[in-house]
Amino acid sequence: MTTPPLLTLSGLTKAYPGVVANDDVSLTITPGEVHALLGENGAGKSTLVKMIYGLVKPDSGTMQMHGAAFHPNEPRAARAAGVGMVFQHFSLFDALSVAENIALGMEDAPKLGTLSKQIRDVSEAYGLPLSPDRIVGDLSAGERQRVEIIRCLLQDPKLLVMDEPTSVLTPQEVEILFKTLRKLSAEGTAILYISHKLEEIRSLCDSATILRLGKVVGHCTPSETSARDMAEMMVGSMLKTPLRTGKTQGDVLLDLQGLNAKSPSAFGMPLRDISVQVRAGEVLGIGGVAGNGQDELLAALSGENLSDPGMILFKGSDIGQLGPIARRSLGVLAAPEERLGHAAAPDMTLTENAMLTGAVREKLERRGMLNWPAATRFAERIIRKFDVRTPGPGNAARSLSGGNLQKFVIGREVMQRPEVLVVNQPTWGVDASAAASIRQALLDLADNGAAVIVISQDLDELMEISDRFAALNEGRLSEPRPAQGLSVDEIGLMMGGAHGMEVAHV
Amino acid sequence: MDLSAINPVLFVAGFLIAATPLIFAALGELVVEKSGVLNLGVEGMMIMGAICGFATAVETGSPLLGFAAAALGGALLSLLFAFLTQITLANQVASGLALTLFGLGFSALLGQSYVGIKPPRLAEVNFGPLHDIPVIGPILFSHDIILYLGFALVVAVWAMLKFTRAGLILRAVGESHDAAHALGYKVVRIRTLAIMFGGACAGLGGAYISLIRVPQWTEGMTAGVGWIALALVVFASWKPWRLLLGAYLFGGITQLQLNLQGAGVAIPVEYLAMSPYIITILVLVVLSADKSSAPASLGRTFHASS
Repeated sequence: MTTPPLLTLSGLTKAYPGVVANDDVSLTITPGEVHALLGENGAGKSTLVKMIYGLVKPDSGTMQMHGAAFHPNEPRAARAAGVGMVFQHFSLFDALSVAENIALGMEDAPKLGTLSKQIRDVSEAYGLPLSPDRIVGDLSAGERQRVEIIRCLLQDPKLLVMDEPTSVLTPQEVEILFKTLRKLSAEGTAILYISHKLEEIRSLCDSATILRLGKVVGHCTPSETSARDMAEMMVGSMLKTPLRTGKTQGDVLLDLQGLNAKSPSAFGMPLRDISVQVRAGEVLGIGGVAGNGQDELLAALSGENLSDPGMILFKGSDIGQLGPIARRSLGVLAAPEERLGHAAAPDMTLTENAMLTGAVREKLERRGMLNWPAATRFAERIIRKFDVRTPGPGNAARSLSGGNLQKFVIGREVMQRPEVLVVNQPTWGVDASAAASIRQALLDLADNGAAVIVISQDLDELMEISDRFAALNEGRLSEPRPAQGLSVDEIGLMMGGAHGMEVAHV
Repeated sequence: MDLSAINPVLFVAGFLIAATPLIFAALGELVVEKSGVLNLGVEGMMIMGAICGFATAVETGSPLLGFAAAALGGALLSLLFAFLTQITLANQVASGLALTLFGLGFSALLGQSYVGIKPPRLAEVNFGPLHDIPVIGPILFSHDIILYLGFALVVAVWAMLKFTRAGLILRAVGESHDAAHALGYKVVRIRTLAIMFGGACAGLGGAYISLIRVPQWTEGMTAGVGWIALALVVFASWKPWRLLLGAYLFGGITQLQLNLQGAGVAIPVEYLAMSPYIITILVLVVLSADKSSAPASLGRTFHASS
């Protein structure tokens, strides 16, 4: 049985100066099909969907919709042809209300009152509760995505394009989203689903097209293909599982004794009585649901927030009162979660960013004078060693893709030979092969005698690289336990249940 | 000191006139800033409007043609700003300052032969019997058409921003030009139109000074009203009604201090002359203590590169 295809792409090519984003890409989507578009960061997925949505014009190649030629010059034309798009970085206006945001994405929007009613109807029909009067700036990431989805649904799309929709959602929100998508698919709406979360694709998608460096390198049926095989098609080589060699652990390097700290932000979580020791050669994994003190812990360890005397000891001496630069010179380094703006200055070059944290330990500064040639060489070493894909160290941090910048930010700290390294979400938004190389670098660092603390919300990652695992819950840290042999139930208890019971007893 | 020399009716009628140039200039800038563009050239566009309007009115004998020319002159000068900031992506602050300096110099050149001439007077609107109502008549119904146009424009801009799709799109462009572009709105075109509207309004405001308020031409006669307009937009939290209130307050105190000077109050003239600026800003600072609502993309350069 063959249904006539909804959308056919043949031979699409788009080149940007210096890079061919899409090279002779062809694919077919039938009505009601959930089609996955897989690929690493920079494989050309976003460019391809931008062409379908009329934001980018192909250099060559043709598109057909329902058998007729389809050349959208602008998003308006694509929307008129029945293409809806949910963007990766939300294209929403924070200061406007939900209804106003939705009106902006429609061709002939009805009056706000009528529209509000439609929004309520559609949001109830698809199980996506949303109030039309709320200001978008106050919504959570999951609710913002609902705004985008409902905006598309109101226009009755034939094809819904979703660009990495789950990267900002909690597992529960992902479940709701998938229910909605399955319902849409059952009603005959085709979905083009971009992601590099392979397990999601296996559970949701009917077919998959895999892109690598702008070219189609394969098709598969996700439910019949293992995640590992798909990952290897994406990467084009065997995926290396991070390896650990020695398990020798040395002296205690970092010793937290009853660390209490107020959160600097009004909505933050204070740290409560955190005690833990980390030894040389050890990786301590810290899990927990976001917002339970992760950022505050990193800030307390990096020296961004100072602590009371006697709470943070490094090799037995108190460093709680030292700022970040003094701690760096001792060998206590940190890489925060937010890449653009916290870990790196977006509009400064990679050389300048390398200078910013490397000046002390790499001796790039002497009596207030900066040694730029040495900083450039340092940046080039990071780029080489960590396979950061960028034309050179003179490029602005903002110009790098998220994964590449993450490699640079982590590499910059690892290359400074830290004795204690604290990282928060080291592989957030990074594709599989880059994540593997970052994890390997952290393990190598530990093997060479550093103490590494990895704060992450990716439990698989923590289980893969940690020697001991602990969980943050409401600013308290659970007793660390050996990561090997820890069951999911036990982790779940550490992340919330156990503390909850303690509180109940009091 | 003789406070009885101040006629309350003439005083109120006078402050409506004093506020009108400010209303036009600030309202135009409000629309420009709502679209996400910061044009610091208001003063320059006002003075260009003042001389274009003055010269045209003198040459043709028609004040209304003068106002039309003033709007055109302001809009043309703002087009230069639009070209610099929207096409060549120049810095908005520097371009706006350059526009002010250019406008002040160029208007002085254009106005050389107009110093000391009296322009034709714009007649009052004939409201018939309404004009004869005591107190209210002289205050509200004895003005020229442009003053009423200024008030109507405040209402129109408020309604446009709040109720129409065009207003929604304008606000959206000012909030996030990237998101607006992704939805297919022509950011540069919308901003250019907003800048031209701002230029035309500033031009009208300038001409109101040279044709009605003062009526004569002198170099640099706008005397900082353009800068007050810029401050007014910010302290009015980008809200048209609050802007109107601020403009009346400024106009009122300007008029009051002139009257006090005339009445010979024993305060040095310099303090009186600075009082409208200080009091207007103080009041608006207090008013804008609620959460600031600056358009999120204000002053940021947009380029459709991604």
